[in-house]
Amino acid sequence: MKALHNFIETRVKPHFTEGGKLSRLYVVYDGLETFLFTPGETTNSGTHIRDGIDLKRTMITVVMALVPALLFGTWNIGHQYYLSLAEGGVTVADPWSAMFLAKMTVGALKILPLIVVSYGVGLAVEFIFAASRGHGIHEGFLVSGMLIPLIMPVDIPLWMVALATVFAVIVAKEVFGGTGMNILNVALTARAFLFFSYPKQMSGEIWVAEVASSKAGGLLVDGTTGATALGELANTVGQPIADSATQTIMGLFADGGAYDLMSSLVGTIPGSIGETSAIAIGMGALILIWTGIGNWRIITSFLLGGLVMGWIFNLMDLNAYMGLPPLHQIALGGFLFGAVFMATDPVTATQTRKGMWIYGFLAGLLSIMIRVFNPAYPEGVMMAILFMNVMAPTIDHYVVQANINSRAKRK
Amino acid sequence: MAHTIRIRKGLDIRLKGAASGAISTIALGERIAVHPSDYAGLTPKMFVNAGDVVQCGDVLFYDKNHPEVKYVSPVAGTVQEPVRGAKRRILSVEVIVATGADAAGGNRSIPQLDGSASAEAVRAAMLEGGLWPMLRQRPFDVVPEPDCIVRDIFVSGFDSAPLAPSAAQQLEGRLDAFQKGIDFLRVCAPKDRNVQLGVSAGDDTFNDVQGVDLTVFNGPHPAGNVGVHIHHVAPVNAGETVWTIAMQDVANLGDSLSSGTYVNRRVVALTGSRAQTALLSCTAGTLIGDLTAGRVESVGTRVISGNALTGVQRDGKDALGAFHHQITCIPEGEDPQFFLTKGWMGPGFDKFSASRTFPTWLMPKSASFDLNTNLNGEERAFVMSGQYEAVFPFDIYPVHLVKSIIVGDLDRMEQLGIYEVAPEDFALCEYVCTSKIATQKTVREGLDTMRTELG
Repeated sequence: MKALHNFIETRVKPHFTEGGKLSRLYVVYDGLETFLFTPGETTNSGTHIRDGIDLKRTMITVVMALVPALLFGTWNIGHQYYLSLAEGGVTVADPWSAMFLAKMTVGALKILPLIVVSYGVGLAVEFIFAASRGHGIHEGFLVSGMLIPLIMPVDIPLWMVALATVFAVIVAKEVFGGTGMNILNVALTARAFLFFSYPKQMSGEIWVAEVASSKAGGLLVDGTTGATALGELANTVGQPIADSATQTIMGLFADGGAYDLMSSLVGTIPGSIGETSAIAIGMGALILIWTGIGNWRIITSFLLGGLVMGWIFNLMDLNAYMGLPPLHQIALGGFLFGAVFMATDPVTATQTRKGMWIYGFLAGLLSIMIRVFNPAYPEGVMMAILFMNVMAPTIDHYVVQANINSRAKRK
Repeated sequence: MAHTIRIRKGLDIRLKGAASGAISTIALGERIAVHPSDYAGLTPKMFVNAGDVVQCGDVLFYDKNHPEVKYVSPVAGTVQEPVRGAKRRILSVEVIVATGADAAGGNRSIPQLDGSASAEAVRAAMLEGGLWPMLRQRPFDVVPEPDCIVRDIFVSGFDSAPLAPSAAQQLEGRLDAFQKGIDFLRVCAPKDRNVQLGVSAGDDTFNDVQGVDLTVFNGPHPAGNVGVHIHHVAPVNAGETVWTIAMQDVANLGDSLSSGTYVNRRVVALTGSRAQTALLSCTAGTLIGDLTAGRVESVGTRVISGNALTGVQRDGKDALGAFHHQITCIPEGEDPQFFLTKGWMGPGFDKFSASRTFPTWLMPKSASFDLNTNLNGEERAFVMSGQYEAVFPFDIYPVHLVKSIIVGDLDRMEQLGIYEVAPEDFALCEYVCTSKIATQKTVREGLDTMRTELG
């Protein structure tokens, strides 16, 4: 590797340094070089030794924690596709390995373009900002670039993903100063942007990969509509529990229904790509908590908040939605994905330990509350976390102020 | 039974190269040096000129702002022209050690005291005898002002920093002197107050020491930091001053005041993977070169006076730091690390980390690591939360405090507890920092700003 480094230093670098043809692209070069080689820079003040971890390793750990959700999401796209097609005899009861390759292929064809667009567009924006401002390229987007595709509906047009990514990176992050400075979670901002700009595509109605052509006669079948679980549930709000339509919908959530607790936990239901499987997300959570990268306090309190709100609704039982058991409630939609990968974003969450408990709990609580109270926002998690992102500095302020007051009283 | 305090937050960095065995005495070399920069916030004013002959205990320079605080020569010899840096700042004052007949009888007398001395007498003798700069105070982690009112005197009975010598090693054969030093210090403390001594759990070195309030501390580094002891026993509030003094200096104080001659000896642990480890006994001011001669690999080694977390890089011509009892020799890490093998995506079997993103956390507690000086990354904005808190056993919000220092908000610094901390307390924060932020430097700047502003 020494040879490679020497080659870069002697043959490549001169083009990018002062006087070279490409000197304006120095930050891009620098970003790529530091990607390949951690610089040989040594400590020059304070501690002489440093922990092995850096922001790159932190970020790649999060990306690895996302891999289970990504793989499951890929499979599930194919699974939902074949289910909706009712082709090849695929049924819900099939073992996971049935038509595995076919499902993965369908999924991969859907998800890879999303990932490529998200990373490509996001990194391009980052590079432009870094070059124009002369600061180094920071690693924040390594994670955001993976999160964005995972919280998108399968059929989202690629240009929308690109637009949302540009919006999120610029408005949510770069205008505040880049990685580490943002107030709102970048990936959620991308989603919120689409949610309000293109509600039709994000409404929670068409989440199954559209059927390109039916085999018989090559007729174009325009999108099989498969509502998400939350979309269905939203229809029950305002209806009497005893209403027959409501009963039909709630039947989907009873044991054996399409959205029963088991399916919701395993994740074989329609939904955003990465959000459906509690098991895959749980594996990610284990990686994050184990390595100490994700904050267990936020994850725990977020789950607690959701369960408490679900339980309170359950006690009130004013409509069918409220009647859903708390565990089932948090297993649906993006709740778990939000708890593990969104709320824990250290930049936008609270930074004090006490603050983390409050922040997580309130975010979890609000997620369920928004979802049930306002059927227009089936995905309350996004709104709740973004809202708590904004509130986080305030929570920290009061926690720190309490510490200050106790010190002042000590005299 | 002494009160036990359990410290849960912290990190023991398991470096390779601990020193053990018998203590060998290093004879005085050709010259010694005193570095004013060892004393934070000191503006030195030379008292002697180049070519002057001094005795052991004679004043070399004094504090420009407090002329009573004198810094003395630990040996008899001839003063050299001070080594100056930018803006003619004095970097070091060197003394060529007298040999033969000149060396004998080269001790200046300082006041000799017995157990009945008053607080005024002890303070005056410490100032007159050049012993005062062995003290440091909280707030600000500087040498105390001569007329300061002291609330408590804290001595840490162990150093929990990586590879630091144990209390038994540091005080071998000097417990009597330590006791005498404690007796003198106790006189200076307010009435009915003992000297506060924090000891390590399971260490019986100090069992027979009288006149101290013993507190046992149990836990990972920084459990041995005196700042942690103060915080958990009796925290410093605004307007209060607490003295701290290293255990070997307590013994030096005891020996000096009871004998009437200036004594400043030190047991030093030569540690680290790049050194043939040893325990050495020397006079303060001994050059690093004399201590490491023939024991350290010369190429690609960083020689640190002090421990790897808080020490300063010194070369052979420089002296051991005034408050150091350890030399750490570790490899420099100047090689770029390819991302798949050694760098950020590599397995990292040789990287010790507070996070568990490296497999090293699975290794047995006995495994030690040969860490180098590579930054292991690039400086970034604060991203991770809770990292500092996990290694910072104070009821203080370290990140908020550091940020208040960076923006220079004095009120906020005071509110957030800057009086209680010293840069060394932030050493582990700096070590674990994902964003590679120079925390200790920031805290030192904050303390200096605060001290200047408060006059």
